[in-house]
Amino acid sequence: MTESTPALPQRPWRQRYHVAAIGWTLLLAVLLVLSSLMTGANFGTFLSNIDQFLALLVQMSHPAWSYLHVILQPLYETIQMAVLGTTIGAVLAVPFALLAASNLVGNRLLRGLIRFFLDLVRTLPDLLLAAIFVAIFGIGSTAGVITLAIFSFGMVSKLFYEVIETIDMGPLEALKSVGATKVTIIWYAVLPQILNQFVSYFLYTLEINVRASTVLGYLGAGGIGVYLQRSLGEFNYSATAVIILATLVVVLVIDGISNHLRRVLL
Amino acid sequence: MQTTLENHPLPHLFWRRWHWLLWVVVVAGVYSWAIGGLHFTGIQESAGSVSRSILKGLLHPDWAYVYNGSGEDLSSLILQTLAIAFLGTFVSALISVPFAFWAARTDQHWAHLRSGSGKVVLTLIRTFPEIVLAIMFIKAVGPGSYAGVLAVSIHSIGMLGKLFSESLENMDRGAEEAIRSAGGNRSEILTLATLPTIFPEFISYTLYRFEIAVRSASILGMVGAGGIGTPLIFAIQTRSWSRVGIILLGIIVMVLAIDSLSERLRKKLI
Repeated sequence: MTESTPALPQRPWRQRYHVAAIGWTLLLAVLLVLSSLMTGANFGTFLSNIDQFLALLVQMSHPAWSYLHVILQPLYETIQMAVLGTTIGAVLAVPFALLAASNLVGNRLLRGLIRFFLDLVRTLPDLLLAAIFVAIFGIGSTAGVITLAIFSFGMVSKLFYEVIETIDMGPLEALKSVGATKVTIIWYAVLPQILNQFVSYFLYTLEINVRASTVLGYLGAGGIGVYLQRSLGEFNYSATAVIILATLVVVLVIDGISNHLRRVLL
Repeated sequence: MQTTLENHPLPHLFWRRWHWLLWVVVVAGVYSWAIGGLHFTGIQESAGSVSRSILKGLLHPDWAYVYNGSGEDLSSLILQTLAIAFLGTFVSALISVPFAFWAARTDQHWAHLRSGSGKVVLTLIRTFPEIVLAIMFIKAVGPGSYAGVLAVSIHSIGMLGKLFSESLENMDRGAEEAIRSAGGNRSEILTLATLPTIFPEFISYTLYRFEIAVRSASILGMVGAGGIGTPLIFAIQTRSWSRVGIILLGIIVMVLAIDSLSERLRKKLI
């Protein structure tokens, strides 16, 4: 009676020859070659014009601080646009978030439709929205506020419905069992559980919108971006540097306030 | 000693009861400042008719523009946009790795010079708006998609470097310790432990950043840096709304497709 020794486990040939890794590398290489052909990317062109680029950087490293008083007012306007736009967007997002939450709405079709609509809104970049709303509403901060409202609506509604889906269902069942209406349930059982996180996400969106609103003016939608476009158009790069640095300060201050408030809230 | 209401400091209670009022005042102040400061230009008279034409254009897109073989049609420009985003993200992912090691804080000293300076540099890079970078690179390499690639790759370093450095800070150090205890030197620790541990997370963040890059590549053309943005801004300026409609549809389809593809890949990774 011969007991054959059990065969050593063999790696399948796909693992032995690293088929997946080689395949991915080849795919990446092909995509890289194709996309550099398509974009005409050529490191030599960059190097041969590097002196122009460096001259620009040198100009930028000497900010014209006298420009600061010109841009203070548009800087305020930028923050104001961000505050209003975020608020409008967040308020609009609440009913959509409630309808898109799977633990509140049983109807899969309605939920799917709402989520698809929100996905569609989120595909559009902020500057693209700005270009369209400037065409509709004319040049000025109105177009900026509406752009930011739509942009934050798409973002906030997703964050909100994901929060709603994590709530404790106990209070909802308690209210439902004593015969409360939908509105009462939402008001007394859903909102108290999510309010803090809503405010936290609202502040987070505000941070993003302050950053976004600084460039919207480039297309005529108000705020500091108007001056950004003007200084770049006039090749006044030392003014551009002041604008960028001032924006950095504003963004850091708003981030700091918002981070502090969010830590207090959660 | 029994704690009673009498020996409890009363102002504290008062503050607890009424501090919400302070918040109401602050919030009301912020909003009245925001609304009062903006002078709404009023909606121009043509707003209604323009939005009607945009809607009409969206409903009757210019299908002939999808492909006409000229190389300036929707499908080739969408491909060009994807190429800008892909190349830009790839280059920036490579450059971000050293930045991440620079900015990652790997010990608990309160003032960490290396990590602190790296974080400041990454923040500075992030604040440069992408379109400003695009305009700067247009100065250097001329208008076209190459400037877009450079803008995307430099701007993405700010965010990818931050995400990468955070994942380095939070990574599992077990494998590193194992190699060290077996007598491995620094380069062996890096190539056999650190990089393999962190690789899936790096790839996942790079894919996420690619989704964002696709969106920004589609608007960089508005300042002349290649891709689908250039014909879009022309179409808006010349009010050819059926052209705007088809370009918007193209961008929406492209972004939805890339998002779902990247999401599927990221789920497989982690």
